[in-house]
Amino acid sequence: MKGQKVRVRTTVNGQPAEFLCEPRQSLLECLREILGLTGAKEGCNDGNCGACAVILDKRLVNSCLVLGVEAEGREITTIEGLAQGSQLHPIQRAFLEQGAVQCGFCTPGLILATKALLDRLPDPSELEIRRWLANHLCRCTGYDKVVRAVRQAAAELAEVKA
Amino acid sequence: MSQRLYTVIGTRPVRHDGADKVTGRAQFGADIRLPGMLYGHVLRSPHPHARIRRIDVAKAEAFPGVLAVVTAADLPEGPDRLLELVEGTLPLSYVRANVLARDKVLYKGHAVAAVAAVSPHVAEEAAALIEVDYEPLPAVLDVLEAMREDAPLLHPDLRMREFGEPTGKPSNVADHFRHLLGDPEQGFREAELIIEREFRTVMVHQGYLEPQNATALWNQDGRVYVWTSTQGAFSAREAIAWVLELPVSRLCVAPMEVGGAFGGKIRIYLEPVAALLSKKAGRPVKIVMPRRDVFEATGPTPGTCIRVRLGTRRDGRITAAQVWMAYETGAFPSGQCGFGALCILAPYDIPNVLIDGYDVVVNKPSTAPYRAPGATQAAFAAESVVDELAERLGMDPIEFRLMNAAREGTRRADGLKYPRIGCVEVLEAMRNHPHYRAALEGPHRGRGVAMGYWFNIGWYSSCTISVNPDGTVNLVEGSVDLSGTRTSIAMQAAEALGLRADQVHPRVADTDSIGPTAVTGGSRTTFATGWAAWEAAQDVIRQMKERAALLWEIGPDQVEFEGGVFRSGERSMRFEELAARLEETGGPVVGRGTVNPSSAGGSFAGAIADVEVDPETGKVNLLRFTSVQDAGTAIHPGAVEGQMQGGSAQGIGWALNEEYHLSPEGTMLNSSLLDYREPTALDLPPLETVIVETPEPDHPFGVRGVGEANIVPPPAAIANAIYRAIGVRLRRLPMKPSAVMEALWSKER
Repeated sequence: MKGQKVRVRTTVNGQPAEFLCEPRQSLLECLREILGLTGAKEGCNDGNCGACAVILDKRLVNSCLVLGVEAEGREITTIEGLAQGSQLHPIQRAFLEQGAVQCGFCTPGLILATKALLDRLPDPSELEIRRWLANHLCRCTGYDKVVRAVRQAAAELAEVKA
Repeated sequence: MSQRLYTVIGTRPVRHDGADKVTGRAQFGADIRLPGMLYGHVLRSPHPHARIRRIDVAKAEAFPGVLAVVTAADLPEGPDRLLELVEGTLPLSYVRANVLARDKVLYKGHAVAAVAAVSPHVAEEAAALIEVDYEPLPAVLDVLEAMREDAPLLHPDLRMREFGEPTGKPSNVADHFRHLLGDPEQGFREAELIIEREFRTVMVHQGYLEPQNATALWNQDGRVYVWTSTQGAFSAREAIAWVLELPVSRLCVAPMEVGGAFGGKIRIYLEPVAALLSKKAGRPVKIVMPRRDVFEATGPTPGTCIRVRLGTRRDGRITAAQVWMAYETGAFPSGQCGFGALCILAPYDIPNVLIDGYDVVVNKPSTAPYRAPGATQAAFAAESVVDELAERLGMDPIEFRLMNAAREGTRRADGLKYPRIGCVEVLEAMRNHPHYRAALEGPHRGRGVAMGYWFNIGWYSSCTISVNPDGTVNLVEGSVDLSGTRTSIAMQAAEALGLRADQVHPRVADTDSIGPTAVTGGSRTTFATGWAAWEAAQDVIRQMKERAALLWEIGPDQVEFEGGVFRSGERSMRFEELAARLEETGGPVVGRGTVNPSSAGGSFAGAIADVEVDPETGKVNLLRFTSVQDAGTAIHPGAVEGQMQGGSAQGIGWALNEEYHLSPEGTMLNSSLLDYREPTALDLPPLETVIVETPEPDHPFGVRGVGEANIVPPPAAIANAIYRAIGVRLRRLPMKPSAVMEALWSKER
């Protein structure tokens, strides 16, 4: 029913988060407008640019294609939850050191996509990286430095584990 | 290579806004949230051309949750004036008519009315209740059709200008201009080989990921605050003020982080609408464009018809050129054909040239600059013919270009005599690159090259530098940072002051807080605002010398400054030591720099492309791509490479898949990012780069802008590569699989 709000209980970036939303509101809109987490961006609102990507129960999703009410009882990681205290996550650092950020609008989605990729495939080939990132549009970089950043992050994360 | 040795320039520090950009903290336009903020939605025309008979907003106004509705009736009227924006000058009446249509809609997606409500959903629902009575008119969608004498006219009041003079003739041709150099007829008589070809390109979009947005607060004291993703806070301030008939000082424009622009965020769209809604509602209003509106209602870049005729002697010397170029500028004149004309033969020294250009209005969105506006279409045409000439003469395409290359002193058809330029240097770097020498074997594979040019502009910029007691400085600038110019400007200040890049804290300010600064566009920012930062640094050094002189009880002219150290004879003090003693020597030191340079050298770029064509599907796979560009001096080489790679990727998308698919009625059929199909990571190979450095003579550090020329060569380079792969020359963009298949079939016939 339009206008009638639903209570949603979730975990966002490791902390319990509870909010009221209309059933028609996307998870992206709930994150941005209700929870104030504006790191996820709206580029198209129809699942074609990847700028709104978040990790929902260990799966990378376009949050514009998920309803806020579907987040009930689930765990969400957004770009705001990646850094550890005052330390950037190695993926964030790699994006900066490789110059993989230009305007920065697609960057939160690309960084979370990289995390989701490396969580399941710690040592991806260039083709695997490009195939995975093909769900994310970046108009500034031509992807060259982005791919390099993913490789640097993969190497550094492997070192940490070893 | 640059002669001077630099400490900071030429290094690759992490950008100053880096942490904000990778943590989601950077505030883009749509991220702003003000107390009591409302959400706007714009109602747009379903027709490409129609008269508006009546608009009834009563139902929308009565809808629960709606606080304001506006139409063109809420816009003030005033005398017409010319609004000078970088990369285009526009009459105010057209800017205003594009913001909200008054009597006529001129393209599908033209804004007609807007609603402000408590949520974006309520605003959208209410906008759907606005009743607009349209009288559809015949639409004209193609540049050649629009030029016909019997074509429907978009603007009954538009009179063609010809050769700089008004003609009084009603027409869709806004402007016909001509450049004449030497004696083209004689030049063609001297030619032993003449080739003439016609090329067509269609509209493409800048394709930035962040949709246009604007948030406005019409305060109860009469001041208007606007937060927007714009390339120029000051140009936006002027345009908004003019549209609203307000003094510029009544407005404060705060530039937000910009999620890609490429020329498409110079014009204003939503800002005056949000301001009018805020005035009516008494609360701040935010409007964010849906993606479809971005395609349908913001500026794409023109489709074109270009005919190029070139004549050479058998020894390879080009003797004459003739160009006929018509650009569809969309619903309002844009002048982009004029930019294309400056660039189309720019890499060559041709003694006899005739260029005729036509700026033509059609019932499509009003075009806006797109990275080297007008030049990419022009180079696709000219560089394809140059390639064909080289082939027919049996010459290497780079050697042929080198033989005819423009140099210092070469006169361009528009009359400009080149100062020091890097055209030859770029061509030589291409010829010497391992890519050009590498073997390319296998069926349906080919290599192509092309050159491109963008003239770059100077224009005005302001900077201030305040010295902190800990020896660092704060730099405030008026240039919106699209891709890392905070850092390339801060690095120039750091170099001048003998500091590290991270000891300069740059901040982009709103229009209340810094002097006027022209838009970030025309590849001007690192060039002109970097120069302003250098000037501000000189002002700081001058004042600091006075302080050192005071402490040492000598005259200021006895103090020298080099490498961050003030000296006089045996005495010396590091910058930070003196910075700690400002309070005792007279108080704060604030330096200021303002510049207004012209820039005539411009930047040349070249591309080498290897392709493989699939003869079964017509798909063109890019195997290898190298971009070469003259940066003058590369302040931050990583950022320069990023510009080259980004421009190349856009040029590749333009070459192979991007286009506005229009229905016969004028509706865009692919107005989503799925169907518009920008290149993805899977579509592109690694993008190799070569930075050439031929310093711009006037600039303190020799900087040339690098933002634009890189997009220019790819379509022609890829077309030339496809020819070598399959023996067919494609003369239409995009060179999509169906076009390649048709070309292959026509070759078989």
